[in-house]
Amino acid sequence: MANQAEPLTMAGAFVEDAEAQARFLGRKRYLAWRRRLLPVIAVVLFLLAWWQAVEQFDIKPFIAPSPVAVAHVLIDRFDVLMANLLPTAIEAVLGFLLGNFAAISLATAFVWRKTMEEALFPIAVMINTIPVVAKAPILVLLLGNGMEPKIAIAAIICFFPTLVNMTRGLRDVRPEQLELMRILSATPREVFLRIRVPNALPYLFSALKIAASTAVIGAIVGEWIGSTKGIGALIIQSTYNFDSPLLYATIVVGSTFSALFFGVVTFAEGRMLRWNVTHNA
Amino acid sequence: MTAALSRPQPPAADGREAVRCERVTVRFTTERGTVTALENIDLAIPSGAFLTLLGPSGCGKSTLLRVMADLIDPTGGTISVMGDVPAKARLNREIGFVFQDAALLPWRNVLDNVTLPLEVGGGKALPGARSAQELLGLVGLAGWETAYPHELSGGMRQRVAIARALISGPRLLLMDEPFGALDEITRDRLNEELLEVWQSTGTTIVFVTHSIYEAAFLGQKVLLLAARPGRVRELVPVTLPTPRRLAMRETPEFVALAGHLRRVLESC
Repeated sequence: MANQAEPLTMAGAFVEDAEAQARFLGRKRYLAWRRRLLPVIAVVLFLLAWWQAVEQFDIKPFIAPSPVAVAHVLIDRFDVLMANLLPTAIEAVLGFLLGNFAAISLATAFVWRKTMEEALFPIAVMINTIPVVAKAPILVLLLGNGMEPKIAIAAIICFFPTLVNMTRGLRDVRPEQLELMRILSATPREVFLRIRVPNALPYLFSALKIAASTAVIGAIVGEWIGSTKGIGALIIQSTYNFDSPLLYATIVVGSTFSALFFGVVTFAEGRMLRWNVTHNA
Repeated sequence: MTAALSRPQPPAADGREAVRCERVTVRFTTERGTVTALENIDLAIPSGAFLTLLGPSGCGKSTLLRVMADLIDPTGGTISVMGDVPAKARLNREIGFVFQDAALLPWRNVLDNVTLPLEVGGGKALPGARSAQELLGLVGLAGWETAYPHELSGGMRQRVAIARALISGPRLLLMDEPFGALDEITRDRLNEELLEVWQSTGTTIVFVTHSIYEAAFLGQKVLLLAARPGRVRELVPVTLPTPRRLAMRETPEFVALAGHLRRVLESC
């Protein structure tokens, strides 16, 4: 196949044109900044509108605090907020790791033996139908008042989306890829590690991105029941004390952590799935 | 085609048979009944030959190829590949397979796709393995080692698939409509280049196609299959001179051959 007439390299297709190049890059820079600045401007405008509404209509602080009051709490009571974020963060991350590990293991078992799926999947569906607010007291009764029930709730909440997605990703392999491995006399282990696992990664990351946010929610809901520390506990306390600036500040801290967690997973996805066309697009 | 291959090649025609089918029959049972995909196929492919399989859709061309590759067990009859059962030939890595849509692994770059056969199924200890770099040069993809499949055109993907099929040094290369989804210009070029690959490797090639011109241009012989049930209609020898060039398709001999194939196909 020494015939090189097909444009195997695009080098010849490019022509130097400094002015057009500069215009193209300038336009690209403009679009990049636009994409970053637009949401910032929207948030700033929203905060201004909120602040003005509270001022103009003289809304009582315990009904809705002004963003300035929330900002004051964020700065003045930063240590309290962080002290409460720490347990929630630990519970959410441990629950995330535990729940996803369990889900990936079970998905592997499902794909390994269809019988496992037929027997166990209905149970997983049943558990998933129980509302979180009902799971939480059950787990507190079972596991006590420490971090364990919160970790368990975060884990359970992560478990189901990952189980469903991972099972699908491991199973939905292109038939030709399996035929290829058969022609190569690959062992079932080699098929699993070289075809099924990489094929499942995009599916897995879709689930992990959902799980990153829901794990934090799970930990917070867990803290509503019998807890004195954590973002969830702080939400309950500030609500009962009509301390709405603290309530709002707590929510800002919890949401920021959730968004950061999501960002870490998205970053990991970008690093691991460079080959994925749909991801690159 | 200048690259010298590291593997010493068996003589192109050593008088042995690469594939022998005796009354091979394949039936599939579905909810709507039993379908006979192939019926009593008798066929002998000499070592080093280039055979094209041509027939209307549903004639069992791909099924026959998959029986040779040990992907489908025949319901009846016997088949031997390289003088043994197909499973033995498969375990010995005597078989390379090229699929219609390349079937590359999207998470591996070109080089890692080509070397996949050496990683699995005991491929590490393969004595006949070829160098990935040489093969990429052979298929015109030197310098593309780190590109991912989604960055390649359809023709380039098939070039990678061909390199991958050849890396274990198989003596039988099975190709299932490999250029069927490509544009005509790319297909023509790959046809010419495939003949060069065949000449330089001495591999026996069985090539399934639904294009009359492709079948006539590539094959030393064209096996015409009839549909429902799939059976041998005619084995047509191709007497065009070698090396073949695309311009040959305008000669009266080629036109007559293509016309003959067309008439037989129409009566299938």
